[in-house]
Amino acid sequence: MTTAVADAHDAHDEHHGPEKGIRRWLFTTNHKDIGTMYLVFSLIMFFVGGAMALVIRSELMQPGLQFVHPEFFNQMTTMHALIMVFGAVMPAFVGLANWMIPMMIGAPDMALPRMNNWSFWILPVAFGLLLATLFMPGGAPASGWTMYPPLVLQTGDAFPFLIFSVHLMGLSSIMGAINIIVTILNMRAPDMWLLKMPMFVWTWLITAYLLIAVMPVLAGAVTMLLTDQFFGTSFFLAAGGGDPVMFQHIFWFFGHPEVYIMILPAFGIVSEIIPTFSRKPLFGHDSMVYAASSIAFLSFIVWAHHMFTVGMPLSGQMFFMFATMLIAVPTGVKVFNWIATMWKGAMTFETPMLFSLGFVFLFTIGGLSGLMLAIAPADIQYHDSYFVVAHFHYVLVPGSIFSLMAAAYYWLPKWTGYMYNETAGKWHFWTSTFFVNLTFFPMHFLGLAGMPRRIPDYSTQFADFNFMASVGAIGFGLSQLIFVYVLLTAKKGEEASDRVWEAPKGLEWTVPSPAPYHTFDTPPVKRVHEEAFE
Amino acid sequence: MSHAQDKYYVPHGSHWPIVGSIGLLFLMLGVSTWLNGADFGFWVMMAGVAIMIFMLTGWFGTVINESEGGLYNPQVDKSFRMGMFWFIFSEVMFFAAFFGALFYARNMSVPWLGGESNNFFTNLLLWEGYEATWPTGGPGEVGGEFQTMGPLGLPLINTAILLTSSVTITIAHHALIAGKRGILSTFLALTFILGFIFVYMQAVEYVHAYQDLNLRLDSGIYGSTFFMLTGFHGMHVTIGAIMLTIIWLRVIRGHFTPDNHFAFEATAWYWHFVDAVWVGLYVFVYWM
Repeated sequence: MTTAVADAHDAHDEHHGPEKGIRRWLFTTNHKDIGTMYLVFSLIMFFVGGAMALVIRSELMQPGLQFVHPEFFNQMTTMHALIMVFGAVMPAFVGLANWMIPMMIGAPDMALPRMNNWSFWILPVAFGLLLATLFMPGGAPASGWTMYPPLVLQTGDAFPFLIFSVHLMGLSSIMGAINIIVTILNMRAPDMWLLKMPMFVWTWLITAYLLIAVMPVLAGAVTMLLTDQFFGTSFFLAAGGGDPVMFQHIFWFFGHPEVYIMILPAFGIVSEIIPTFSRKPLFGHDSMVYAASSIAFLSFIVWAHHMFTVGMPLSGQMFFMFATMLIAVPTGVKVFNWIATMWKGAMTFETPMLFSLGFVFLFTIGGLSGLMLAIAPADIQYHDSYFVVAHFHYVLVPGSIFSLMAAAYYWLPKWTGYMYNETAGKWHFWTSTFFVNLTFFPMHFLGLAGMPRRIPDYSTQFADFNFMASVGAIGFGLSQLIFVYVLLTAKKGEEASDRVWEAPKGLEWTVPSPAPYHTFDTPPVKRVHEEAFE
Repeated sequence: MSHAQDKYYVPHGSHWPIVGSIGLLFLMLGVSTWLNGADFGFWVMMAGVAIMIFMLTGWFGTVINESEGGLYNPQVDKSFRMGMFWFIFSEVMFFAAFFGALFYARNMSVPWLGGESNNFFTNLLLWEGYEATWPTGGPGEVGGEFQTMGPLGLPLINTAILLTSSVTITIAHHALIAGKRGILSTFLALTFILGFIFVYMQAVEYVHAYQDLNLRLDSGIYGSTFFMLTGFHGMHVTIGAIMLTIIWLRVIRGHFTPDNHFAFEATAWYWHFVDAVWVGLYVFVYWM
């Protein structure tokens, strides 16, 4: 660097601390501030979407219609899914990526800090538009989050708002993903070569690639819906030579990688936490990387297993069935590696570890029911039943959400500088685990017995299990208030040491707790070797 | 490692992102209400467009000033390059969705409506007498009968124009590296002039299609795929040509050096990308 440049650089006020008041949050380019905003936003969305889930479960507590109009029930299922997928789970992972990736790879910040700010601030606009549809003529979208035509074309005034809010969510995700990829590939500490990267960073690298590959496809799909509705195109109109099933193909080409977008970072999180509390290095680090990459690759060629019942040539069914079942292999590698990491480890069971163990057990249940659904002839029975609802909630709630909780407890002391309330954390875990199973396990039986999803009423034979599920849902919702309590009292505990836990690995534990506003001014060349990866 | 990485570069806070979000809010709110039939929506949308233009000029202006002020080190330059690469990849995937729709219609939905595979009864009971052909307005002949743009004539000239512009921008790039500013600005100007000629020709083609061929956006699946693919491509050419114009103005002002010209290269990549998309369009939409 020339002297002139260095001077200009110094004049650029590089040790600037946070700005005061609201300006700090509106104008910030700091990865920690933006990460915090993402996490707080996703927690709010988690409760908004959760409230909608409770409307659904209240209505389903007994057979017959009690609280809401069936049309509103469908709006709730649709909005619950859109908000939880795009508003809660995805932004929470992006928030963690923002907070942790620069610290884990020894970078000062994200590679493109201003764009980072924009990717966050698009989200409130997107969800503002989406939530506003609840108050519009015709109500919120009620077609299911998959937005299948022709049903979705019957949406009222909410329709263009739905389309454009999906566009904005996509825009935000793409920019966030570009930022994460560039940060990982370009901002690593000089001697952290790729296979030395922590698993969370690896899984996010792969996730970001998936995001950039499929979010534009979703944008294309909803654009076609928009032009079909308003500009007379025939993409999904058989009379014009199009096909409603074509939407399903395009949507699920996005949709299947999307489910791995919501689980790969979770894999990364538990791969960080289990070694720490087993006091052993992660078993098979490189095989974890290859497994995650294989899952990502396979996710592009399995989409039609979501649509076995729409009509498809037999050869297509066979291909998508076997390709889907193949995903069990790399996933099995991962589960095996987590268990092998714990094998003969000196294990302790702090809250992050409890949530991670809950993840491994319960996510595996979801994975196995996924295998059942992958079998085309069996899926024709299970399709659109509560078995499917049980399956994807097992991978998303005790899967993704548990991993997010684990991550929050694991890194909270690094963020705040204080230990959280361990007793409350344990209560949070045990109540959540009890109620999540009470909610979703009976749904397997309901589905196998033939109860269809997305219907506000059901035959009386399903009453008992539905009652159990509703009690579970209310209990799970209340359990999350313990988490809010933990967050509100996060700074009341004893001060955390820099390493926080007994034997964590990784650069983030080499910086003070709480982590300073700017973590690394210069690349931490030696620390990579000496401390983090001894 | 290079000395440039002795210290990291971190920009200070910026108000442009939040301005952009407000712009997007107005834009989306405006378009949505307009599409729902409220006339004021149009003005809200235009306000959104104005805010977005204000934001883009301001944001890019800031970055250009910082770059010319020598604030960026090679690491920042590399971040920008990677960011542009992945942005173009996302654009490729956006076009892939529409190409996918085209291939699906031609190979699946249209033949099936004509009774292929196990769809004999679909054809017999729902669309009796419909024979699958391409181009088609579908069995309902949505939009009425139409003719298509042949591959020769205008589309062929447009292909030649875009391919030539890819050559001229490469010449400009080599001139920039060699420090020959005269050749640089001449060929860069040639490139965006060719780009705007392409856009004009495309407009002429659309008028011809609508007025003489009865080929419209609502001409069934053919019209849908034809206009959405060429339309989005034309939009990208327009954006690319505007980018080239701005780059040219910067060249006139003496910006860019042989080893520091990210914006030029990013624009050139973008231009090659729209060129490549056009080749795909020409082959699969006009020709085959």
